[in-house]
Amino acid sequence: MPAFAPGAHVRVRDDWPETRGRVHIRTPHYVRGMRGTVVRCFGAFPNPEDLAFARPATRRPLYHVAFDQPAVWQEGKAGDELLVEIYEHWLEPA
Amino acid sequence: MDKNVPRGPHDLGGASKFMCEPVDTEPHALTDFDKEVDALRGVLGAKGVMTVDELRRGIEAIPEADYNRLSYYRRWIRSIADNLLAKGVISEAELRAALDRV
Amino acid sequence: MNILEADGEKLLAAVRELLTAKGLVSNVEIRDRIAVTDAANPGQGARMVAKAWADPVYRTLMLADGTKAAEELGIPMRGAPPLGVLENTAEVHNLVVCTLCSCYPRAVLGYPPFWYKSAAYRARAVRDPRGLLAEWGTMLPDGVKIRVVDSTADYRWMVLPRRPAGTEAWREDQLAAIVREGDMIGVTIPSLPAR
Repeated sequence: MPAFAPGAHVRVRDDWPETRGRVHIRTPHYVRGMRGTVVRCFGAFPNPEDLAFARPATRRPLYHVAFDQPAVWQEGKAGDELLVEIYEHWLEPA
Repeated sequence: MDKNVPRGPHDLGGASKFMCEPVDTEPHALTDFDKEVDALRGVLGAKGVMTVDELRRGIEAIPEADYNRLSYYRRWIRSIADNLLAKGVISEAELRAALDRV
Repeated sequence: MNILEADGEKLLAAVRELLTAKGLVSNVEIRDRIAVTDAANPGQGARMVAKAWADPVYRTLMLADGTKAAEELGIPMRGAPPLGVLENTAEVHNLVVCTLCSCYPRAVLGYPPFWYKSAAYRARAVRDPRGLLAEWGTMLPDGVKIRVVDSTADYRWMVLPRRPAGTEAWREDQLAAIVREGDMIGVTIPSLPAR
């Protein structure tokens, strides 16, 4: 059961597992700690963070999350947006 | 300004180092080397030897200077070799000997 | 010397020799794989776009389930990642990138173009999309917003561009002929060929 419905306001966790060991992360650095809006849930997919190390991979809900592009970079054109696929364990309610 | 965060060499969105670099928009045909590396990865994937996630992880582990210097498929073959060694599919001794032969 | 620092061409030859000797990967398998990958090309995507322009029912399917829409045109999608399609409108222009590597709708469009895999493209798309589009001479009208789609996970994305004015009477094959690879990634916009 996905935790977030379309329209939900979320924040990407401001977490940096890269500093704690060897990892494979598909959450780009530029959205970490950023607020966005859930557009849709794609269903659940095996966690690539585990697949990359040939570990058994739990299935995690995957979302399309929209971010205000100028807010991410402190520059850019108002109204432009970034749409990024993010796994549920990287999201928290905003 | 780059965000001051521990970004891997592959995590390139907005990276200041490349923001002023022009894009070569010309089409560049893949070489035989490119196609063979691409196909090798695909066959290894189809046979359950190595996944695309493992390929990516191996590429992300390439030190930044090498990551930026190596062409796209040279990063791939380095990762493929890295993964095959780590999984014990081939041994380092075998690989050294084979490199001497080719 | 770190063995991984060996020349790439040598690494490929050495790895292939070892894998063949171990019976893990044969030359025939590599050759056949290349042939399958070579068969995919932007023309497949162009046919999908043309059909979506001509047929509202297909357009709805393409936007709802890109994989099914591709299969309906005989494009092999078995084992391929799910295909998502985003439509350009009068208000929104979509641009596809994979900042982390080079994820691309290969099953439909074939190998990603050289520039799509470049550091410059991957860095600039999410931070300066309009500057990036200018590299192709693509200028968007003032009121149009850009939506940059970063392919970070399981889906692969292509753009359904807007149908150019003046093509209302065209057949599907004529429409497909003006749809280019870049139009389906979002770096260019389809236009009528100059007379």
